[in-house]
Parts: sequence; C-alpha cells; structure tokens
Amino acid sequence: MDIYLLEAVINGLLLGGVLALLALGLNLIFGVIDVVWIAYADLVMCGMYVVYWLHAGYGWPLPLAFFIAILTVAGLGVLVHLLIIAPILGSAPINQLLATGGLLYFLQSFATLLFGTEFRNIGVRLPIIELGDLFISFSRLIAFGVALVGAVALYLFLKRTYVGTAIRAIAQDRDVMGLMGVDQRTIYIATSAIGGALAGLGACLLALQYDVHPFIGNTFGPLVFMICVLGGLGNMIGGFIASFIISQIISIGGYYASTEWAYVLAFMLFIVLMFICPRGILAR
Amino acid sequence: MLTLSGVSAGYGSFRALFDVSIEVRPHEAVGVIGPNGAGKTTLLRTISGLVPLSAGEMTFQGNSLAGLSAHRILKHGIAHIPENRRLFPRLTVEDNLRMGAFIPNARRDFTARLAWVYDLFPRLKERRKQLAGTLSGGEQQMCAIGRALMSRPKLLLMDEPSAGLAPLLVQQVFELVGRIRAEGFTVLIVEQNVSQILDIVDRAYLLEVGNIRLAGSAATLRNHDLIRTAYLGL
Repeated sequence: MDIYLLEAVINGLLLGGVLALLALGLNLIFGVIDVVWIAYADLVMCGMYVVYWLHAGYGWPLPLAFFIAILTVAGLGVLVHLLIIAPILGSAPINQLLATGGLLYFLQSFATLLFGTEFRNIGVRLPIIELGDLFISFSRLIAFGVALVGAVALYLFLKRTYVGTAIRAIAQDRDVMGLMGVDQRTIYIATSAIGGALAGLGACLLALQYDVHPFIGNTFGPLVFMICVLGGLGNMIGGFIASFIISQIISIGGYYASTEWAYVLAFMLFIVLMFICPRGILAR
Repeated sequence: MLTLSGVSAGYGSFRALFDVSIEVRPHEAVGVIGPNGAGKTTLLRTISGLVPLSAGEMTFQGNSLAGLSAHRILKHGIAHIPENRRLFPRLTVEDNLRMGAFIPNARRDFTARLAWVYDLFPRLKERRKQLAGTLSGGEQQMCAIGRALMSRPKLLLMDEPSAGLAPLLVQQVFELVGRIRAEGFTVLIVEQNVSQILDIVDRAYLLEVGNIRLAGSAATLRNHDLIRTAYLGL
C-alpha cells in the first residue's frame, strides 16, 4: 500500500475523532431540546480564543487554559439556552433556527471587533511522530485520543447517571417527565452545559492544530451539520459513524486530488445519500 | 388525605371539569367511573399538576397543591400512572424504573426499592435488560406500576390500567391493583370498566361531562338504577 495513502487514511481517522466529538454535542442538544444550534461551531471559535487569550496572551499553563476554555464554553451554552432558546421554545422551529443563526453572525462580528481578523496561533509546537516513512502529527493523535475519551465519558454519563438517563428519556416522551419528578428546564440547562463543554473540548483540540480567527467556525461548522444530518439528526451513533465516513472522504480525496475537491466530493456524496436515505444512514 | 373542592380545570378556553369535589382517605381505594370524554383523565392530570387548576382548592395531607407543577407534586407523594402507560420505549425496564426513582429521596434508596419492585413483579426482573417498548401489554402495565412505586408514593393515581389489554390481562391487571392495595397504598383509579372496578374499590364517583353525578360506596353504586341501566347494562 502506498505510504502516503496510508498517511491520508490515518489523518482522516484522527480528524474524524474531533468531528465526532462536535457531532455528539450537536446531536445531544438536538435530541433533547429539539433545537439546532446553528452557531455551534462558533462556540468552538469562542473556546479557541479563550485558549489563545489565556495561554498566548497571559501565559497561563496550557492545561489550565484548556480547563477554563471548557468551563467558559459550557457557560456560554447555558447562556445560549437561557437567553435565546428558552424564550422561544414553544415557537416554530424556523424561528429557533433563525435566532441561533443570528447568534452566529453576532459571535463572528463580536470576535472580529475584539481580536481583528488576523490568524492567531497559540504557539504550541508538538512533535511529529516518525514511524519509518510515516509521519503522524502528535497534536492530531492527542486530539483523537482525547476526543474518544470525551465520547466514552459522555456515553458513561448518559448510561450510568440519573440525569443522563433523564436526558435519554426526555427525547422519547417529553410530557411524562414531570410525572417522574423531573423539571424539564433543569435537564435542558444540563444538556446545554454538556453540549457547550463538548464544544469547549473540541476548541482545545482544534487550537492545537489550527490558527484561530473569527470565521474558523465556517470551515468545520457546515461539515459538522452535514455529519449530523447524514447520521440522522439526534442519532448519536449515526453521527459518530458519519464523522469517520466524511473525514475519510476529505482526507483520501485530498490525497488523490486537492482538499477543495475533497470537500466537493464529500458534499456531493452527502446529497446523493440524502436522496437514498433522507432520514440518515442509520434511520430506523 | 386528598381533598378537591370546587375544582374547575381545562385546556385553554375549553373547560373539562366543573366544580368537582372529591375526597380520598388514607388506605382507601377510590374509583372514578364515567363514559369517554367525561373528564376522568383531566381529573387525574389536574391532581398531578399536568393541567392547571382554574378554580377551586386542592389539598393533600393539609398542603395546598394549587399552582404546583407536576415534578413538585410527585415530591409530595402523589404518583401518576398515565393513560396508555407512557413508558420510555427505548429505555430498558431497569432504566424506566430508575426514572421512577429520580427524586432525591428515592435515589438514596434505589437498590432496596428496585429489589422490592422486582419482588412484587418477578417478571420485570426477568426482563430488566429488555427495552420497555418490546414488552407485552401486561408486562408494560407492570413496568408502569413499578415505575410509579419506585417513588414510594402515598397516593397512586391510575388512569385506565386495563385500556388496550386482552380480557385475560385485564383480569391480571386488576389483581395487580389488589396487591398494591394489600401493600398499604392509597389508590385513586379511573376506569371505563365499571363492573370490574366496582369489585376492587371501596368507594366511587361517577363523572359525567365534567360533573360529579353520583358518589358512594361501591355497593351503593352497583345497586343504583343509573349505574345499572347505563353502565352495567342490567
């Protein structure tokens, strides 16, 4: 096998981990609250700026900057819910879509105002691992490992705790939750915090690999939405699998043609698959 | 124990209950009978806080329940087994029972209560890893009762426990209700199955178009002309 192709496959796999983490967050929020956070990738952008600001700006140690970034984005998630989603929870889905879409432009403009449009790097250089002729970026490897740990932690939380069980239950029968002694509002806030925390974790992992700028959300935001729809909106396992399909297409496509063509290919495949199985690849 | 006086309630501008007054005393089993659309389900949903009270007073063990939302009312000790059971179909039997033990007091005691419910319904223990949606109708009713019992309620509201079940299973479900009574629970049960429900309750109310038409002991109602002609077909 071609060593460069193997490298592309490995890079695709590593990219898939981070995308899967973000898809999990978006699917979780959609499954529980029944709202699509269009601005999800821009919350990731906010988290990346927090990492940049604390680490490169104020010289805080990286782990601490990561920790604060995750907390900040979790808090932002709660704010998004309380200020934007909760007041319009009962209105038409299109209104919620427009409101979170408005948030996207707000966050991008606000970041431009604060930080300008320059590309900023947190200045952490992690080594490249050499395995014979194979080159693997250590930061990507870490990102993949941490993303998987995050996904497993989320799985255990949903399976093993009362709040986690309630999060799974609420998507199946909303009205009956009160009879279980569950206050829906609390579950929505918890879900928004977890969704935010996943975006924050994704931000830390992406900050290791990419420069931060106000529009970085645009580069992987559409990708994450496509993954979620492909896997079936709200279907976490579907989203997880779709992440790796899409990341492989992008990575291998990038190897045979160019990254731009790879994206064209990925979105074309998406359109075709949507004709074949409009409710996602794992539709029941 | 539970007192409703002059309760009116409904959905939006539609009123389903008019000036309803009922009482449930400790360790009683009380039935509410009546035709479809009489407001029986709305009555239970009002007690458990799913439908807001528009007029009247509702007290439970001396505390007013007016204006409390459903999750608070459960903490006062009123559990509601809704119409059509409403299990979480894609959660396992055990996870459904876990949801029944969501309130803090029940969580602390989860293992003991789970063992108790499994003791009461050994069939649920056999099926504990199975998704609730794949259970048979009778097993689903057991699971719904078990889920409500996990909060160790003082009063259990049951909405049409026999609905949608084959005649043989209906008999079994009414036996279950008897066992719950024997455990010392107070039960308020809504049923269309008039003949069978009058066998297992102490007292009953007849609800028609949102009004209480009759009230009395099971024996009195069974021998009342209105019930005999309109509901028992005698």
